[in-house]
Amino acid sequence: MTDAVMNAGTVAFQADGSTGARKGVQVNRLDGGLIKGSKALNFTFDGKRYKGFEGDTLASALLANGVRLMGRSFKYHRPRGVLTSGSEEPNALVELRSGGRQEPNTRATVAELYDGLEANSQNRWPSLKHDFMAVNDRFSNFLTAGFYYKTFMWPAAFWEKLYEPIIRKAAGLGSISFEDDPDAYDKGFLHCDLLVIGAGPTGLMAALTAGRAGAQVVIADEDFLLGGRLNAETFGIGDLTGAAWVEQAQAELASMPNVRVMPRTSIIGAYDHGIYGAVERTADHVLAPETGKPRQILWRIYSKRAMLAAGATERPIAFENNDRPGVMLAGAVRAYANRWAVTPDQTVAVFTNNDDGHRTAADLIAKGVKVTAVIDTRADAPKVDGAELFAGAQVVDTKGRLGLEWARVRLANGTTRDVPCGALAVSGGWNPNVHLTCHQRGRPAWREDIAAFVPAGTLPQNMSVAGAANGDFSTAAALRAGAEGAVAALSELGIEAKAGDLPEAEDAPINVTPFWYVKEGKGRAWLDQQNDVTVKDVKLAHQENFRSVEHLKRYTTLGMATDQGKTSNMGGLAIMAELAGKQIPEVGTTMFRPPYTPVSFGVMAGRSVGEEFRPTRKTPSHKWAEEQGAEFVEVGQWLRAQWFPKAGETHWRQSVDREVLQTRNSVGICDVTTLGKIDVQGKDAAAFLNKMYANAFAKLPVGKVRYGLMLREDGIAYDDGTAARFAEDHFVVTTTTANAVLVYRNMEFARQCLFPDMDVQLISTTEAWAQFAVAGPNARKLLQKVVDPEFDISNEAFPFMACGEVTVAGGCRARLFRISFSGELAYEIAVPTRYGDAMIRKLMEAGEEFGAVPYGTEALGVMRIEKGHAAGNELNGTTSALNLGMGRMVSKKKDCIGNTLSEREGMNQENALKLVGFKPVNAADPVQAGAHLMNADGEVSAATDQGYITSAAYSPVLGCSIGIGFLKSGDSRKGEVIRAVNPLEGKEVQVEVVSAHFVDPEGERLRG
Amino acid sequence: MIINHPILGPRDSQEFTYLGDATLIDRPDWEADDAAGQFHDYLYLRDNPAGEHRELWFHEQGDRSWLVVTRNTVTHEILNVELARDVARARGRSK
Repeated sequence: MTDAVMNAGTVAFQADGSTGARKGVQVNRLDGGLIKGSKALNFTFDGKRYKGFEGDTLASALLANGVRLMGRSFKYHRPRGVLTSGSEEPNALVELRSGGRQEPNTRATVAELYDGLEANSQNRWPSLKHDFMAVNDRFSNFLTAGFYYKTFMWPAAFWEKLYEPIIRKAAGLGSISFEDDPDAYDKGFLHCDLLVIGAGPTGLMAALTAGRAGAQVVIADEDFLLGGRLNAETFGIGDLTGAAWVEQAQAELASMPNVRVMPRTSIIGAYDHGIYGAVERTADHVLAPETGKPRQILWRIYSKRAMLAAGATERPIAFENNDRPGVMLAGAVRAYANRWAVTPDQTVAVFTNNDDGHRTAADLIAKGVKVTAVIDTRADAPKVDGAELFAGAQVVDTKGRLGLEWARVRLANGTTRDVPCGALAVSGGWNPNVHLTCHQRGRPAWREDIAAFVPAGTLPQNMSVAGAANGDFSTAAALRAGAEGAVAALSELGIEAKAGDLPEAEDAPINVTPFWYVKEGKGRAWLDQQNDVTVKDVKLAHQENFRSVEHLKRYTTLGMATDQGKTSNMGGLAIMAELAGKQIPEVGTTMFRPPYTPVSFGVMAGRSVGEEFRPTRKTPSHKWAEEQGAEFVEVGQWLRAQWFPKAGETHWRQSVDREVLQTRNSVGICDVTTLGKIDVQGKDAAAFLNKMYANAFAKLPVGKVRYGLMLREDGIAYDDGTAARFAEDHFVVTTTTANAVLVYRNMEFARQCLFPDMDVQLISTTEAWAQFAVAGPNARKLLQKVVDPEFDISNEAFPFMACGEVTVAGGCRARLFRISFSGELAYEIAVPTRYGDAMIRKLMEAGEEFGAVPYGTEALGVMRIEKGHAAGNELNGTTSALNLGMGRMVSKKKDCIGNTLSEREGMNQENALKLVGFKPVNAADPVQAGAHLMNADGEVSAATDQGYITSAAYSPVLGCSIGIGFLKSGDSRKGEVIRAVNPLEGKEVQVEVVSAHFVDPEGERLRG
Repeated sequence: MIINHPILGPRDSQEFTYLGDATLIDRPDWEADDAAGQFHDYLYLRDNPAGEHRELWFHEQGDRSWLVVTRNTVTHEILNVELARDVARARGRSK
């Protein structure tokens, strides 16, 4: 470190921001710590009022107030307290806030205290102290591993109706309010040379090194305070306390514009190519977000290099009744004392298998807390000043109904001793936080000297691991690894960085003797407190021949739920290894997937909620249609007018029937902008369309439109539309609304990948043109009032299937197509989208004398069924041109997509399905879409199936229900009476097979 | 994933639509004697390699280029990105 920085560090820093004399302000509050302010913060837990300080977590504030009982366990409803001081917490899950802001399953250890915080315990009734469901605990002999699999197998129907509702109510975690979350969540993107994950000594040193070299750095930590374990320990760095060094490092990082420091930010996943997911909790530490500010932000961080400096997590030792409130991890007890100036109780004992546990005893003694004993499993345990040491001893049981009172110790000489303690600090060693290294293909490897898994195998691309996460537990090693790791990562990017002189720091060796669980005792020793998994459950699983760790996990539920076994997995698989007579590395470890810690659905959704869930596309006539009181329907992302109710109409059918009849009798207008439009230009445009459509297009004259059918390469029809030729080298193609994107994509595929040298260009113009269908006997008369008079649109000059460029309303450019979906004399007229609103108003005004009606998608549907035109129901992914009655349209003289395979024998059977129409024999009977067709007599079965009805509607023209659909050899069965059956509803209707062209089969109207 | 677009540089894979095996470029000749058999193989038969795979991606929310991306399906490492049109030409589709 440079002198300048050392000097900067001498800026007066006072860890607690005040005198630090708070001892006894709350019953278990000590002096010192990193809590701030002299003003107390008010909060409630289960309705009771408490006080804490800025810098507290909910857990530290509750402990300060003497609250050890914080929750009930998942399955047995056992009283539980806080086990840890970090995000790995399995027990202390609470509901935070209320109403729309209520958040279940929040770990009290990471909930930052603020004035007015409101928290409630979960999974208990009627209260935390008196929980009715604690009766489960009495039946624990029945509720062992696999209980649900074994018990609720039969009868099957009982599962859904009886077992599951009961289990769901009895077991489980927090509840939700079912109210809308009033807060906003955002998404953001960041780019950097080096992403540093974790801001402990390793991460801070890495960020300093990289930042000084001028690299773009992002450093993120889930904690609101940077520093990691430096805040929880008493040892310093150089001449400074750990916390003071952190303050100084933070100040230097803040002064660098190339460094972005992100506290309260969890890196939740490592994805491909150096992309990381991160959740920043921007407003979880205040009563409510500032107006317009998000509660949380989901970041996508694109890093060129990443360093995992995520530290390590302490693991417990399992022993009988090790789950009483007050039994905690030793490192957590130390963190509460040193960082939060809190002790869980005034008398504490320590149970450890390693030297690190002794630090807890020493730090508590220094703070004036009575340490009643240090129980060390190692016979050669080091001496402790100020507390009794039991070397080679084990804790074999505990007592205390809602909180720990004493621990029974089996001494090395075989006798027992009961040690009074309100808290027991347990250390079984430390596990490097390897999680993110496993998110792709990393497979951690066992390191015997520290008795833990360390990152190994193929790490995510461009990720390195340093410090405790890599098994280097001492502070000096962490600083060195951080600096050297940053230099190495940046040198790969061609950025020169210097590790510099590192400050002096603690460099204690690891001294641990693996010890996973106490074998003595008949009671339950808890491995996974969140899922209530005991040592016995693991033994039972082994007995029942579950051998893989992944199976063990799923059978016992060890390591599931919100903590994902951060404190429990290791113990479970160590026991499994022992039972199988294997070494731990042979058994291996379970893998970790994103997210590292729980993520709220809100931040995943971001702004895509409610109406903004996905884009809404409105047609150019939308505003006008709203003014008319139209009912709208979602079609893909589009909102289309479904029908236009008039005063006095009480049923949608009245509106639709009126729209159909008025269109067929005079004229109707429909917004058809949603149909896909693709502009095709180039010398080879006609040749290209010949490839795209099953039917021929090369000889289509300029000024003409042709219907076109598109096939998939397997010969199935998938879309239809029209292509209008405006010039030798210019076509305008339309697609169905649903397939607009797909057709364009497929055409680009053909253009670039199949026919790369055709001179043709494509562009989607769906949103560039507002297009209206004008249909009915008076359509021409209406349009003649709108189209400028110099354009002759008489039947002779502009016959059926003509197209051309015209102007309307005195010079506005427009495209006119004489095409008809309704079967009437009809046109479609397109104007630039910005004139769409004016155009609909103009058309309606011009149509007034004819009684013109607007019609919606329902009337459109009725008229196309009356006319026998195929739509999505008929182009359903199983039908060919032959089925659609367009077999002869498929040109055999040219190549087109789908041509060759459409000739397959199986698709050209004699008795192939053919599109025909159906009329009920009894005019009052309804024809139902989806009904299957059966011969007039004989059984109703799949084997005798003759086809199915695809579309049905009430035809106001015919005065009865009609349908179209596919019938075996349908084209040669007209006049036959068959049955349309719907076995699901027990319905059967006699129908007559007719032509699908119910209205004007000769097509005289549309040519008129 | 990040796809290094030959024209536009590195782009997030979210901007792309995936199609599949790049052999879809090799559409058979419809006039070949065994055209039906060739089209069957073209459409339905694919290798499913654990390792290097040449595949088609469409820059749908970008410049609408079809790309041939050579990707390791095990590691997701992207080894090469080409314009599909160049690949098609190189494979003799210029006619």
